[in-house]
Amino acid sequence: MPTAEQTSAPPGAIDSVETVDVKALNTRVTGALYKKREKIFPRRVRGTFRSLKWTVMAVTLAIYYLVPWVRWERGPGAPDQAVLIDLPARRFYFFFIEIWPQEIYYITGILVIAALALFLFTSVAGRVWCGYTCPQTVWVDLFLIVERFIEGDRNARIRLENANWTFLKIGKRLAKHTIWLTIAALTGGAWVFYFADAPTLLVDLFTLEADELAYITVGVLTATTYALGGLAREQVCTYMCPWPRIQAAMIDEESLIISYQGQRGEPRGRGGRREGLGDCVDCNQCVVVCPMGIDIRDGMQLECISCALCVDACNGVMDKVGKPRGLIGYNTLANVDKGEELQRSQIRLLRPRTIVYSVLIAVVGAIMLAALLTRPALELNVQRDRNPLFVKLSNGDIRNGYTVKILNKVHATRHFRLTLDGLPDAAIKVIGRDDGAPLFTVKSDRLASFRVLISTARSNLKGDTTDIRLRIMDQDSGTTADNDTVFRGPEE
Amino acid sequence: MSKKQIDEFSGTETTGHDWDGIRELNSPMPRWWVWTYYATILWAVAYWIAMPAWPLLSDYTRGLLGHSQRAQLSDQIAAVKAGQADLIARTAKAGLTEIQADPELLEFALAGGRSAFAVNCSQCHGTGASGSDGYPNLNDDDWLWGGTVAQIEATIQYGIRADHDDTRISEMPAFGRDEILNPQQVDEVADYVMALSRDDDLAESLPGKALFSENCVDCHGAGGKGNSELGAPNLANGIWLYEGGKPAVVDTITHSRSGMMPAWVSRLDQVAIKQLAVYVHSLGGGE
Repeated sequence: MPTAEQTSAPPGAIDSVETVDVKALNTRVTGALYKKREKIFPRRVRGTFRSLKWTVMAVTLAIYYLVPWVRWERGPGAPDQAVLIDLPARRFYFFFIEIWPQEIYYITGILVIAALALFLFTSVAGRVWCGYTCPQTVWVDLFLIVERFIEGDRNARIRLENANWTFLKIGKRLAKHTIWLTIAALTGGAWVFYFADAPTLLVDLFTLEADELAYITVGVLTATTYALGGLAREQVCTYMCPWPRIQAAMIDEESLIISYQGQRGEPRGRGGRREGLGDCVDCNQCVVVCPMGIDIRDGMQLECISCALCVDACNGVMDKVGKPRGLIGYNTLANVDKGEELQRSQIRLLRPRTIVYSVLIAVVGAIMLAALLTRPALELNVQRDRNPLFVKLSNGDIRNGYTVKILNKVHATRHFRLTLDGLPDAAIKVIGRDDGAPLFTVKSDRLASFRVLISTARSNLKGDTTDIRLRIMDQDSGTTADNDTVFRGPEE
Repeated sequence: MSKKQIDEFSGTETTGHDWDGIRELNSPMPRWWVWTYYATILWAVAYWIAMPAWPLLSDYTRGLLGHSQRAQLSDQIAAVKAGQADLIARTAKAGLTEIQADPELLEFALAGGRSAFAVNCSQCHGTGASGSDGYPNLNDDDWLWGGTVAQIEATIQYGIRADHDDTRISEMPAFGRDEILNPQQVDEVADYVMALSRDDDLAESLPGKALFSENCVDCHGAGGKGNSELGAPNLANGIWLYEGGKPAVVDTITHSRSGMMPAWVSRLDQVAIKQLAVYVHSLGGGE
């Protein structure tokens, strides 16, 4: 029996064993790695911010759905859609602006301005983008309207969720998901209208004449809209979106954020006897209306999208119990720490970071505007032949070849004459013309390429490189475009 | 078994890792996240089965969908070729000057000609068609056998001293080697030719003038202006097919020259030859 051996150990042997305070590498960590998603059932709320959100939603959705249908006359042969990304023809149309592929930096500029504007708004008023205008927020709101219309408000929805599968439940769920899918399809459907003539594409889509890619795009966007807006909802903001992680860098002590006035509210408590209790009646209305399912009274947190619906909910309750509004409201971090309510005079819009962002927006905007206003409607690009650098002709003259590219960004066919500065007695010959005369015709809104040969007597050349300037002039309007290049000859 | 470590502030369990007093919260991921991960694995497996994926010793797994980028490419090439059918048919029917007069056919011919030139001609004439020693520069206006587009086409079709009945052929005597002229006379003729090429007034008084009139004018013409009917080069314009300078001219008179170019009529189709002729003519020296 081993016990006999154990008991036979000499007294004091245990003290002679050295004990080490060490942790094994594979020490088991307790706690689940994954958790089940907890469904949330936001309750309907009425108030200032809810109305504001309805308005923003109506405006943004209207912009999204209607813009492709706005017409803009550009003349014959050109698309009459105000906003059009014409990928096959490599053109982007935005009302009076038309952008060629090499001018894509205008889009970059717009994106830079958009990013800076996002930083500015965040530093002024927190995550207003998330709360009011982010497509995820807008579409989730839209999907929630449908859900509420079919399944009822919060309590009815919770009851339905916990109910057994009856025909009524199946019917309600079926109706909800059908409408969601329809909205999703319309969302994806609207997207493709930005890439082709909307009325034509609408007919093509329904007559199965449209491009395969159009159907794939509609299909993918339908799936993502349905999955992200209908099924995933707050999970997108909490787990998938990088912006909540970044926004902390734009917020400072004086940014407006949604916050709970702990000093005024605590200790919270229910019931009519308010002695020793704060203003918070612990009704949890702020929690049940929250589309993220969080408690704003816990302070600023990653999940909060600053939609301000808890503000509306709390204000409604405060009105009922006869307390002043603003237990939950926009406040600055500095005030929250001091336990003070926000005074209008405390809002400081001019702070170093808002000034920096505003100045940057102004600078980038001014650069883009200047570039846009001075955008040439005519450009001349010249590529000099490099192989051979020059050709010696039988009469001793030297000839250089050039590829001349003319960018006519006007919606009209134009005629140009090419002239040359910097080389006396030079003869210009154009390949592909019987008379070789330096006259070009470029079609409306097109780039045209020509081969031009320039020759001159060797005695006119000084050194092996002569700077020359080629110029095209519109025969009707007199508009010109220049390009500086060189004329190569033999080394002396 | 270690003890659970709970963050005092949030009440959430931590991972137990400690960085300068900062501990990482063990916030569990949503369950659907891990399902998404499994879905991507399933997708990968499905992809292996559906698409070409695994290399084998001498082949690869083809996939059930039969996708092949090689086949896609040849389809696209076939589609482009089919799209060109009309242009090719019109080019085949049109005369050379008609091609040059039709902007659409001209553009097609220049593009096709450039490509055919790069594949078939650039080995000798150079990628820029500027030639090299013994291979003429096609950019200039000095032509051995004529620089009209029709003459260029004939040269491409039948070649020069090539294996074809209609090939362009001529032969210059090897004046030195065959002892028609002695070295002294060869040297005098070379001096005269060099003077011609410099457009030098001295030429008239050189002793080589008489020898040139006796031996060379039949082909090269009076004043060495050349004759494109015979492929006799112009000696008076300062452009040399072989390395310029008197030693090369002495060499030519002594040993003669007989460069050759293959006949392309049996190697390229008529459309390609037409396009090449139009392209070479467009390089700048065409007459």
